[in-house]
Amino acid sequence: MNAADLPSSCDLVVIGGGPAGLAAAALAARAGVQTVLFDENAGVGGQIYRGITATPVEDRAILGADYWAGVGLVDEARASGAVIVNGAIVWSLDPARRVGVSIAGKARLIQARQVIVATGSLERPLPIPGWTLPGVMTAGAAQTALKAQGLVPDGRTVMAGAGPLLWLLAAQLLRAGAKIEAILDTAPRMNWLRAAWHLPDFALSPYWSKGLALLREVKAKVPVIRVDRVEAHGRDRFAEVAFGSASGERRMKADLLLLHHGVVPNVNLALAAGVAHRWNGRQLCFEPVVDQDFGTSIPGIAVAGDGAGIAGGTAAAERGRIAAIAAVAALKPDAILPQVQAIRQRLAREEMGRAFLDVLYQPAPGHRRPVGDTIVCRCEEVTARQVRDAADLGCEGPNQMKAFLRCGMGPCQGRLCGLTVTELIAEQRRSNPAEVGYYRLRPPVKPISLAELASLPISDAERKAVER
Amino acid sequence: MFKRLGSTGTEVMLKVDGKPVRARSGDTVAAALLAAGIDHCRTTPVTGAPRAPYCLMGVCFDCLVTIDGVGSRQGCLVPVREGMAVETQLGRREAGR
Amino acid sequence: MAAGEYDVAVVGGGLVGAATSWGLAREGLRVALLDEGDRAVRASRGNFALVWVQSKGLGLAAYAGWTIRSSDAWGGFADLLKQETGLDVCFQRPGGFHLCLSEKEFEARADALHRLHGQPGIVAYKTEMLDRSRLSRMLPDIGPEVVGASYCPLDGHVNSLRLFRTLHTAIAARGVTYLPSHRVETIVKQGGEFRLATAQGEIRAGKVALAAGNANMQLAPMVGLEAPMRPERGQIVVTERLRPFLHYPVVTLRQTDEGTVMVGDSKEESTDPAGLTLGVSATEVERAVRQFPLLANVNVVRTWSAIRVMTQDGFPIYDESESHPGAFVLCCHSGVTLCANHALTVAPMIARGALDKSLVAPFSARRFHVQAAG
Repeated sequence: MNAADLPSSCDLVVIGGGPAGLAAAALAARAGVQTVLFDENAGVGGQIYRGITATPVEDRAILGADYWAGVGLVDEARASGAVIVNGAIVWSLDPARRVGVSIAGKARLIQARQVIVATGSLERPLPIPGWTLPGVMTAGAAQTALKAQGLVPDGRTVMAGAGPLLWLLAAQLLRAGAKIEAILDTAPRMNWLRAAWHLPDFALSPYWSKGLALLREVKAKVPVIRVDRVEAHGRDRFAEVAFGSASGERRMKADLLLLHHGVVPNVNLALAAGVAHRWNGRQLCFEPVVDQDFGTSIPGIAVAGDGAGIAGGTAAAERGRIAAIAAVAALKPDAILPQVQAIRQRLAREEMGRAFLDVLYQPAPGHRRPVGDTIVCRCEEVTARQVRDAADLGCEGPNQMKAFLRCGMGPCQGRLCGLTVTELIAEQRRSNPAEVGYYRLRPPVKPISLAELASLPISDAERKAVER
Repeated sequence: MFKRLGSTGTEVMLKVDGKPVRARSGDTVAAALLAAGIDHCRTTPVTGAPRAPYCLMGVCFDCLVTIDGVGSRQGCLVPVREGMAVETQLGRREAGR
Repeated sequence: MAAGEYDVAVVGGGLVGAATSWGLAREGLRVALLDEGDRAVRASRGNFALVWVQSKGLGLAAYAGWTIRSSDAWGGFADLLKQETGLDVCFQRPGGFHLCLSEKEFEARADALHRLHGQPGIVAYKTEMLDRSRLSRMLPDIGPEVVGASYCPLDGHVNSLRLFRTLHTAIAARGVTYLPSHRVETIVKQGGEFRLATAQGEIRAGKVALAAGNANMQLAPMVGLEAPMRPERGQIVVTERLRPFLHYPVVTLRQTDEGTVMVGDSKEESTDPAGLTLGVSATEVERAVRQFPLLANVNVVRTWSAIRVMTQDGFPIYDESESHPGAFVLCCHSGVTLCANHALTVAPMIARGALDKSLVAPFSARRFHVQAAG
């Protein structure tokens, strides 16, 4: 689709084609609401169902049954009548629900009556020394390459970090024939003590038996080493990983280091729209404040899926449906809708084991708050020491920090440094992340060209604000 | 650094810094570079340090490359096309390219 | 002197307050700098970083001289800061341009400069109108719609965010007590000293200097001063880092030492610093692309909006209180351009306890009453 072919206004715009977005768009379109779904990738599926419509991975056992469940969601969305636009980069959303989108280098503003933001999650940064070297990637990146292009790490691979996805990816890579030299497990042992309290709930959740099976599968083939420190070394590319554990310091030569530290909501678009956010002390991230229908502080804008707090792919789809029911009810009060109570019950069951996982895999402070010359902001190459020194100078928050050091000013707009900068300031000033806050974000949340921005409609008043 | 699980899709030929590189339909530019064993796709505009694709999901901007003469494209979001010319982006981008 | 007592309390930790604090500390005074928190409405994080002379002073001739004084002092000021902190604020004075995209804009520009320089009592300095052919020798990348420009060799720019950080580094080294999250609620003078009430407790000082931007409007009357303001919002668009292509600042467009290009100079009546009007950004970059077509494919990486500190007539206010001796107010839009004056000229006056009328009398807020009476 071409940007020029889009309608200038639309009942419902869904942003993001992962489970939440697909389920939301399908439900709304089937209820007779004019629905457009924008997704920036070449195909829908989001990260969890990445490549679902075109993956070259034919052996279904490699990616597992949970992955293939995505086919049903895509089929449902395609049959629903929703207009699904891939390669569509949403760079702006304002409180009046105007959606700025670019398709093939052409920008448009679309007025929506309701918006569901389903921009999902991204991996929490694991800022270790050397994490910017070529040859160091996120575990999610390796999973994306496997799902979408059937690429498997070749050579000596080491994985480091913590979180349920680390084990899932290890299992998938092993099934696909990768050689994993070691998994460096950074989850602090002490987490078990606090997580145990949530164990009964987790034992009732669908993740209990799946999780245990994954752990067994991986541990049978790969040495797992508990570590409290990880460093990537190499001159112009990664060559060696160094780590510290109970049995002392070790180094291991390797070709690829995959880092994972759990996932956190991708908040940039919702923040730029002005949606109120809060600190989640258990998941250690910012998340939008949402009501039971995933409505936000801005009327007509909902955030569904992992973008509203991490709960996993199946929960994301249920959240998308709940948000869609609310959107449809607002647009078309006489529409025939599924029973929301049944969906809420399924969602509650999906979310049951979350507290256990959150606490068990909570990253240690040392892995969230680096020291010395470790790079914090990858774009502007700002180090932990610089951030700590500026905090000592009296810099109380990330916005003053950004002005002083340029952290968060590069093209990623703080996605890979925001949480680290907030936590470093909180530690240095003996405050807390909720108090310190996050970067103030403004559109465009993804880069667009000057020509694209210049092509937007301009009112007389807007022109007079510049041409005086 | 990466190998292909199978050989689905059709072959697509790219030029990377002028040299022919074999990719498959369904590859993004970043995936094609990883599959071809190219170890960095840009150097940073701040210190000139080499970088390679890091997140492959459009958030880190480490896979920025010049594609068909246009700089700072996110390689992980752009599907490959026959005859596409990809260039390593060295340091700051040049205005007009 | 007890803890919590200072010779001077400076209110406002932006460029004006930080520069004044630095100047006061150089005079040997014990200074407390009271600031708001991270989400302060802060013009110093959103300015355009020009050290700009051309077009200053139409309507108040003395403003041109005051501006040139600061522009001339800037090089030495930047050197002093570098000696003290090791940080380079990248001050450059190559001369600057105001580009015109039509004959009508060109004529309007020429007329404005003619009126400016024709004012009685104005200091003589050079600004000239350049036609397209002369202009394109200095700016080879201009687009075909550019008909000409005004040029002033005194214009320059700095890295204003680094200036902000440098001033804070310098005042810390000089022992200024920086107090963030100390928003001043009330100020009273009691027993010969000023008492400033904040949520974090009371700060006492012998003198007080108000450098709180538009908030001076509320603070100044507490010490017998006035600061009539009319805040307005400006928006800036910033590009990715580019190789150097533009070696002179243009009033609406400049390339920073880091390589990014800033595009700006909008004016909207708004006091919401979080808001952003996309159509205004679109107009700014549409003009930028007409001025320099090679920017068309360049990416915007962020936008910024900020609330300008603007007095009701647009000119600075420097005043001292008659009813509350020891209280001073500083208000100005050009916190970057005038930074050297605040640090090197105004701060020493405050340290001495009296403004030098020969330099700043035209900037008293009394002018608003004269106009009202007339």
